[in-house]
Amino acid sequence: MKAIYPQLEQHVVVTIMGAVAAELQAIGHRPSFFYLQHAMGLASSMGLGIALTRPELTVIVLDGDGSLLMNLGGLTTLARYRPKNLIHVVFDNESLLSVGGFPTATSTGSDLAAIASAAGVPRTETVVTIDEFQRAFNGALAAKDLTTIVAKVEAVGPSGYVTDLSLLENRYQFQRHLRNLQQPPSK
Amino acid sequence: MSALPETWLVHLIRMAEEDPEVQLIRLAKEEEGVGISAGAHLAGVRSAMLMQNHGFLASVNGIVSCAQLYRIPLLMLISHRGEFGERDPWQTEGGGVTTHVLDALRIPHTLLDSPDHVAKRINKAQTLAYSASRPVALLLGRDLMWEE
Repeated sequence: MKAIYPQLEQHVVVTIMGAVAAELQAIGHRPSFFYLQHAMGLASSMGLGIALTRPELTVIVLDGDGSLLMNLGGLTTLARYRPKNLIHVVFDNESLLSVGGFPTATSTGSDLAAIASAAGVPRTETVVTIDEFQRAFNGALAAKDLTTIVAKVEAVGPSGYVTDLSLLENRYQFQRHLRNLQQPPSK
Repeated sequence: MSALPETWLVHLIRMAEEDPEVQLIRLAKEEEGVGISAGAHLAGVRSAMLMQNHGFLASVNGIVSCAQLYRIPLLMLISHRGEFGERDPWQTEGGGVTTHVLDALRIPHTLLDSPDHVAKRINKAQTLAYSASRPVALLLGRDLMWEE
């Protein structure tokens, strides 16, 4: 996540709960970051709602394999409306890390990038190294089209998941930030 | 407006589709609509969800752990199948539990069963959703939606 942080802080970010939210906050919270600390599966749907409402912003959804598997149908909705300002990153550790590390179906071969592609997402890619990830992410920003990047990661996370940022504080700060954003942030 | 089709909702979905001021999002499953409405709200627009009561039942986790946890004003228009007059056997279980589930979730709800009060009640429901920053539900009743 550090590899793309300089770009993340320039844009609107919606994350899932668990390691993704905790690690992004540990690197550095920004008012343009929203962490959906439950409602598994709906981060991509929230990203879609924001992206369609505010086409001038670039919205980055940081999803996970466990969450996406709970809302695979949402991929078809994403593809149907094809917001060109949405980048969908799926950190795939092939497990439900924060609840004991039990393996998900990606550990037995289910291919989320192929599922996204078959759902109609125009740009999809699976990456394994940090270099590949950076290249794919920058490519998605430059392409200005809906992209799903599945980043294969190790199943390691932080020691704890509760952070100092309260859920409602994050929600109201994020809403106020979006209201005050009149122009797309400069690169 | 996010929606999943249902026999009673055909005309409402068509109206949403034809209204230039409304963007209709067709869903694969109703719970997605909770996330989309939450995103739309935080990004600055009003939205509503249009679904059958079984769609509401399928959305409960999203309603609790997205809309209620994050205080999202969510206006839900729910066709209330399975009440008196229902002929489809498969609708009857859902009809019997819908208001109980709404009550268990502490979601304020009222029935729309006559054209006379539809606009007023929708306005009032939306007002409460925003002042309370919580989900509210309008149940679309058989007498309003269906002619035998």
